[in-house]
Amino acid sequence: MAFITRRLAFYAVAAWVAITVNFAIPRVMPGNAVDTLLAKFPTLDANSLKALQAEFGTHTHGSLISQYFTYLGDLAHGNLGTSVNLYPAKVTTIIGQTLPWTVILVGTATVISFVLGTLLGILAAWRRGGSLDRALPAFTFLQATPYFFLALVAIQIFAVSWGLFPFGQGYSLGLAPGWDWSFISSAIYHSILPALTIVVTSMAGWMLQMRNVMITTIAEDYVLVAQAKGLPPRRVMFTYAARNAILPNLAGFALSIGFVVAGALVMEIVFSYPGIGLTLYNAVTSDDFPLLQGIFLVISLSVLFACLLADIVYFFADPRTRTRAAY
Amino acid sequence: MSVLAEPVDPIPGGAPELPAPVITRRRGAVRRLPAKAKVGAVLLAVFVLIAVIGPAIAPFDPSATTPGQALPLGPNSTHLLGTTATGQDVLSQLLVGTRSTVVLGLLTGIIATVLAVGVGMSAGFLGGMSDEGLSLVANVFLVLPALPLLVVILGYLPHSGELPTAIVLSALGWPWGARVIRAQTLSLRNRDYVAAARESGESSWRIILFEIFPNEIGLIAASFVGTVLYAILTSVALAFLGVANLSSWSYGTMLYWAQNGNAVQLNAWWWYAPPGICVALLGMSMVLLNFGLDELGNPRLRAAGNVRVGRRTWRPSDPTPVLPDEQRELA
Repeated sequence: MAFITRRLAFYAVAAWVAITVNFAIPRVMPGNAVDTLLAKFPTLDANSLKALQAEFGTHTHGSLISQYFTYLGDLAHGNLGTSVNLYPAKVTTIIGQTLPWTVILVGTATVISFVLGTLLGILAAWRRGGSLDRALPAFTFLQATPYFFLALVAIQIFAVSWGLFPFGQGYSLGLAPGWDWSFISSAIYHSILPALTIVVTSMAGWMLQMRNVMITTIAEDYVLVAQAKGLPPRRVMFTYAARNAILPNLAGFALSIGFVVAGALVMEIVFSYPGIGLTLYNAVTSDDFPLLQGIFLVISLSVLFACLLADIVYFFADPRTRTRAAY
Repeated sequence: MSVLAEPVDPIPGGAPELPAPVITRRRGAVRRLPAKAKVGAVLLAVFVLIAVIGPAIAPFDPSATTPGQALPLGPNSTHLLGTTATGQDVLSQLLVGTRSTVVLGLLTGIIATVLAVGVGMSAGFLGGMSDEGLSLVANVFLVLPALPLLVVILGYLPHSGELPTAIVLSALGWPWGARVIRAQTLSLRNRDYVAAARESGESSWRIILFEIFPNEIGLIAASFVGTVLYAILTSVALAFLGVANLSSWSYGTMLYWAQNGNAVQLNAWWWYAPPGICVALLGMSMVLLNFGLDELGNPRLRAAGNVRVGRRTWRPSDPTPVLPDEQRELA
């Protein structure tokens, strides 16, 4: 259990850093949220402004320490302030409406791309020099392509030219979000194209890493022994080589998830997908700093949570973590 | 990329080699450079060249509009890559915008690599508490999602130029390299020649600079290339989000204006495809370079080298062929 405790402690530190950075940024940066507020409400007197500031969660009065503790207290109560742009709406409400879209879409697509990429990597390494292995440079092109550009191309081909999929949005106009079939099927239909672009672009990274580790693993003596024993190739490939080669890929999952999420956020803008990425974009374009910071915090904590999940999977996949304090 | 974390065999191929004169070994290394790395280097050189001469050879002012035009114009003999909705020449924007994207990428690569080398080598070499502390900082920065953080920071610095963006990008981009360099330093630290240098009374900084650093050049180059790729992709994404100086031209701002002008809905592929393809090609040159550097350090990763024996193709990954008798005759 030492492994899990260590990782938990690490993520606690990481979460604290994220929370503190979120507190520090508006106070360190030139041009602050108060100016934005003033610009939005030019006719306010000092008292109302102070009240508004408190409501928006930008407490700029009191010492830095007391501000910090007020901020932590607000966080503990789930209070992220109020959006400047969509005024009466709470930041938490807006995030609560948009986060599920992103989590479901990006989560599913990431798992699919990880599984597919790892499998293809195993095959490429196993048939080293084969057609899949030789096609690797083509995959590097995908790896180097920004998600959102691929999304633009996908819309052009599949939506504009062929009309197979909708342009964007999360569901058909005129449908009310709810748990009925017409809405869910519409949501799934609208998510196919965004999901495909995530899978296609992020798959290459998993695949390349898996291939490279796998090639090193295949040269190990125990793989040779397994082959010499005359075990079926498939068993050697999966149970002997891939079983061990996947560990660095799992460990790397935590480091890569941030990139996948970042790419997916920008991709949402292209599809006008009603997730947190589009909200982030709207917050940026309208200088909605409370919303911007709330989104940063939620994304950071979600990514940290995903990393923790990956580490727990790693814990079960690598028996060494259970016998000694490795990693 | 965690393969990099493993100690790299200093002599690729592992054959016992006599110390050869430095010049011949270098020339051999260049000739041995994998084809992927060569393609990557050539591609990168083309982009650097465009970055240098692009603004001079651009046929039009990239910001000059045609009065009265409301729809993007397809490629024609005057505008080889067509125009934007306001009549700006896409080719000129591309030629001018290359500089900003390339400069930002290289600048971030340099700053972040210097940071990564400094932190990674000191953490790996000093060990103990300083290692724990520096590794913790690096790991925390690694798991924090960089893009949202950058959006928040740069959101407060509107219309920031290349230098502030490069500094913020480097501040978040160094840990990846630092981690890899630290792992390599840890393994080099316990080699005999480092122990010998220490015994002969060399100072820590001399050992780091003259014993360890030269053996990590390949790794540092790979980390540099990786950081440049990250910087280019992230800066393009940031510009696409509108968190950049939108009055200057780069691949990212081109894509931003194309998206804002509904280029896709207007079927104006010539508007958004050129900058996107350029980003992808520029990024691919980095990935290919990194492939090449990886393969140089770990020759097993190369794809080539199949041997046909009898009717079977033996791959380098296969165990030493144990051939049935009839095939042994053929071989």
